Amino acid sequence: MKLFRIKGGIHPQDRKQLTAGKAIEDLPLPALLHIPLQQHIGSPAAPVVHRGELVRKGQLLAHSQGAISAPVHAPTSGRVMGVGNYPAHHASGLSVPTITLKPDGAERWVAGASPPADPFRLEPAEIATRVAAAGIVGMGGATFPSAVKLNLRTRYTLQTLVVNGAECEPYLTCDDRLMQEQAAEIIDGIRIMAYALGVENVVIGIENNKPAAQSAMQAAAQAYPEIRIARLPARYPMGSEKHLVQTLTGRETPARGLTADIGVVVHNVATAFAVHDALRHGRPLLSRVVTVSGGAIRTPNNLRVLIGTPVSDLLEYCGGYTSTPARLISGGPMMGQPLPGTRVPMVKGSNGILALTRKETGGDTAMPCIRCGSCVNACPCGLVPLEMASFIRSGNLEGAVGFGLLDCIACGSCAYVCPSNIRLVQYFNYARGELTARQRAEHRQTETRRLAEQRSLRIEKQKQARREALARRKSAANNRRAPAGVES
Amino acid sequence: MFAPLLSLMLLGLVLGGLLGVAARLFRVEGNPFQTEVEALFPGSQCGQCGFPGCAPAAEAVITGKAPVTLCPPGGRTLAQALASKLGVTVDLSGIQDKAPGYAYVRENLCIGCTRCFKRCPTDAIMGGPQQIHAVFRDACTGCELCYEVCPTECIEMRPVEPTTLTWYWPKPLEAA
Repeated sequence: MKLFRIKGGIHPQDRKQLTAGKAIEDLPLPALLHIPLQQHIGSPAAPVVHRGELVRKGQLLAHSQGAISAPVHAPTSGRVMGVGNYPAHHASGLSVPTITLKPDGAERWVAGASPPADPFRLEPAEIATRVAAAGIVGMGGATFPSAVKLNLRTRYTLQTLVVNGAECEPYLTCDDRLMQEQAAEIIDGIRIMAYALGVENVVIGIENNKPAAQSAMQAAAQAYPEIRIARLPARYPMGSEKHLVQTLTGRETPARGLTADIGVVVHNVATAFAVHDALRHGRPLLSRVVTVSGGAIRTPNNLRVLIGTPVSDLLEYCGGYTSTPARLISGGPMMGQPLPGTRVPMVKGSNGILALTRKETGGDTAMPCIRCGSCVNACPCGLVPLEMASFIRSGNLEGAVGFGLLDCIACGSCAYVCPSNIRLVQYFNYARGELTARQRAEHRQTETRRLAEQRSLRIEKQKQARREALARRKSAANNRRAPAGVES
Repeated sequence: MFAPLLSLMLLGLVLGGLLGVAARLFRVEGNPFQTEVEALFPGSQCGQCGFPGCAPAAEAVITGKAPVTLCPPGGRTLAQALASKLGVTVDLSGIQDKAPGYAYVRENLCIGCTRCFKRCPTDAIMGGPQQIHAVFRDACTGCELCYEVCPTECIEMRPVEPTTLTWYWPKPLEAA
């Protein structure tokens, strides 16, 4: 099929050969599972179990709250050891509400609703409801609740479902292996999602550095003429949803808009697999495939792990470190976030655990900008990273916004090519966080003002009422005295 | 010689009349600049600046009776906003931004005197006579008014801890 060129991008060494040949292995049951209540974008889930309770595999642990949220389920049967705070799978090292589960090893499934005989007989809305109940979120790393995206048909006119199998981040091979080993299941999940969205066209985008996955998916999709496989040139960031859509359709997503604005919805292949599991077998999202790789790992591997497994268990299974890693990263090396330690649990959105050596992480000391313009050429969004960074450095965040800070996808292409090792993405992340914090403060201020005004109004009303009551009493007293005066 | 005199006098009368009509027709109640400045203030009427509320504080800042750095809850951001609005320069090195906090009532010490309840400018405290009081964290501005009046010192100010939702990357260290 015809592909369109995108601007910018980079060609990092993909280093996928470390794990590309490793079949997915099941990680043995860990001693303890720590299941965070927030593994998605939106409101955290509210726990429905208490300490000491025995739960079965697939049982609901916490239900979703609000329109954009996702529930979490017990990844295995066992006893709830507690509901409390535990270090999060997050660069900050902060703790988040987490349910700790001690597996009993029996793997007893919950007696639940049986899956429908045929998902294609269900209402599209019912499919979205089941996907929501299964706790499925975008598994490419964005962790946006998938059901919300399956319901977009009510607000947009959609033509195409794009399935993201690009996996453009170096090192990561979990989607690659999943496509090779579970192609039929993924295609089934894709067909269910296309039915739920009511779209006719389905395109699966897979980069050319994954020929085995391409042919496996091609073979599995043979029977369905509406599904096409697009062989994408290997280039970072091909897996960014807006760039993927532009490559496939030639249409650009409006600034700060959704791909649905141009009639396209993008889902990840791992999400499609989870949808198949939920709709065909009635199984909620309990595990995911993770690539454990990097120069400091003894035997890099692709593992299927239960949600909540400590990262240390994965590292141990892979033989531990060969040398102390310079950095431990969750996700890919380009967009991944450093982890504060190995105690943290695996979450729905973590597709890779990378232990990188000093040689792999590259130069460290940042030097002054020489205005070479490499970042401008590399930026896939057509921005001017060096200008944005210099505005942010001088504290002028509005200036950076004027240069398109909010259109930055934080892909890291600019920082990758920067000869001065400037932390460009950190500047942008800082500036966005700061802007959000200011917005929050402003919102708080208007709320404070509203409360203060309401209070002064109320006090005024009370005073008024007291004055009136006093006046009434006075006049009543006068009336009583007046007749007496007449008599005397 | 009377022609220019007359014409100028006529012109003066007509234009003066127009000005008089315009002054009545397009009259603006109050000082709009003051409302603009007041809108910058936090609006919690907490009185930490020494003025009875945000409106008098805004007036004092405009007339120059108080410096732009008068508002502790507003901090550096407000001082900067006020300075640029009023066109004055300000030395921000002296002001420390107070870390955001919230009041917390230790329930075993609360005697239900309702003093804090009466003083809270944002109605963030719930309680009644002889009842344990509690603070709505989201509505509390950390102004410390309740903290000062509590007879049993059962109110403590706690810092607002960052969460994974509010945390963000710090600014990168400057290149040497």
